[in-house]
Amino acid sequence: MTIRTEPMTVNVGPQHPSTHGVFRVRITFDGEDIVEVEPVLGYLHRGSEKLAEERNYVQVVTLTDRLDYTSSMINNQAYCLAVEQLLGIEPPPRGKYLRTLAAELQRIASHLIAVGFFVQELGAFGTPLMYTFRSRERILDLFEMLCGARVTVSYMRPGGVFADTPADFWPALEQFLEDFEGELEEIENLLLSNEILMVRTRGVSPLPADVAINCSVSGPVLRASGVNWDWRKMAPYDAYDQVEFDIPVGQNGDNYDRFWVRMQEVRQSLRIVRQCVAQIEPGPVRQELPLVLRAAPGAEAYGRVEASKGELGFFLVSDGGVSPYRCKIRSPSLINLTITEHLLLGWKLADMIVSLGSVDINMGEVDR
Amino acid sequence: MTLPAVSGETLARRLREAAPNSVVEWSEAAVWVEPGSLDSVASVLHDDAEIDFKFLNSISAIDFVEHFELVYHLTSISRRHTGVVRSRVYGREEPTAASVVGVWKGADFQEREIWDLMGVRFIGHPNMKRIMLWEGFDGHPLRKDFL
Repeated sequence: MTIRTEPMTVNVGPQHPSTHGVFRVRITFDGEDIVEVEPVLGYLHRGSEKLAEERNYVQVVTLTDRLDYTSSMINNQAYCLAVEQLLGIEPPPRGKYLRTLAAELQRIASHLIAVGFFVQELGAFGTPLMYTFRSRERILDLFEMLCGARVTVSYMRPGGVFADTPADFWPALEQFLEDFEGELEEIENLLLSNEILMVRTRGVSPLPADVAINCSVSGPVLRASGVNWDWRKMAPYDAYDQVEFDIPVGQNGDNYDRFWVRMQEVRQSLRIVRQCVAQIEPGPVRQELPLVLRAAPGAEAYGRVEASKGELGFFLVSDGGVSPYRCKIRSPSLINLTITEHLLLGWKLADMIVSLGSVDINMGEVDR
Repeated sequence: MTLPAVSGETLARRLREAAPNSVVEWSEAAVWVEPGSLDSVASVLHDDAEIDFKFLNSISAIDFVEHFELVYHLTSISRRHTGVVRSRVYGREEPTAASVVGVWKGADFQEREIWDLMGVRFIGHPNMKRIMLWEGFDGHPLRKDFL
């Protein structure tokens, strides 16, 4: 006797606790197997690109905080680089170092979230996430010392950063670097060779390099597929040409590699932060600029950085006014979602949330 | 420091051989092509061994009121250079351009977003639906005449 079965369509999200915000994906299951995938976006769409056309160049910095709100520093940096390219200005060395330092601390914080939630989605409820959040919290405290805000920082400005560091920032940073060494080791010991984690993630949802490139995937997801590509190396900005670091590259592009690459990048970021601390010298942190900036009519600039999720680009077009005529945001989270179907099709319900977690999207950035 | 960029002239020379009637004009920074030939332009630039634009960084659409402009930022990962292809799309009722999804899958969401927010339709896109806003939304918010 055969049992009659039929495929079932399930809405995952937008209120699902594991979809990292308001991501919704319509999935059709045949039993436990995924046979159809359709991402549905737009629940957090605020029209940031339109809003940018109504604000002056400096005010737009505050909008960038609210894109990927787990890596606001790097968003600030990408936007400021685009404006600097548009106006042909360059921040003083101390400004560049402070931006590099803040961006790398932010990358650590963002990767800690990614790793913590990734493991949580495997079912390791609470503990690993608290390990990672413990350290992230310290980084947010440092940001608070830098600019008074923890998440929506608006720390960087076209021409540098908004203010020099308070005197107690440097001892606090030293203390963090010292403590974090041990905390990171704990996280690594707990997770990197954890048998359950490896069995659940190795070989699951592999992404071949040619598919990744064709889908315009960037960041840790691209590098996990074995492509050695990092804008910090390819087109160094701020102080990245002054520091040494390696680019961790995965082999199979599976869920484990995406997790592994982020863990290794935390180590490299730590290396960069240390070098910034050693190399930074006193001096001005911001080039003096008029309060309201104007670019030449017809001027254009595409500023990009290696954000924690991938290539974050701002394409600015000027008509000579005080606001950008067009401010296009190249969002790594949105474009990395192109591979959702490739990652999920043919895999099981239990791997679905883990695979989505391994891409590490942020809906503030997907929907903008 | 940036990656070297392939000049608009080099791109135009290659395109005039491989995709006749596609090139409109060129500058140092970019080549302008006909919107209807974007798909053939894309496959030439993707497959050409010298140019090798395997990676589409982003597609931007700008509303210049008298026309829309599409800007394609491209990168070759193996050759380590970048390039820019642009296209002017005329008309405000329902302007169209050829989709490049067949060449670069990464254009999928970006072309849908441009249709949604800027109102340029891409012919040949397998799923030309709105992406951020809902079907039935009136207008395209990133146009300069919206609101």
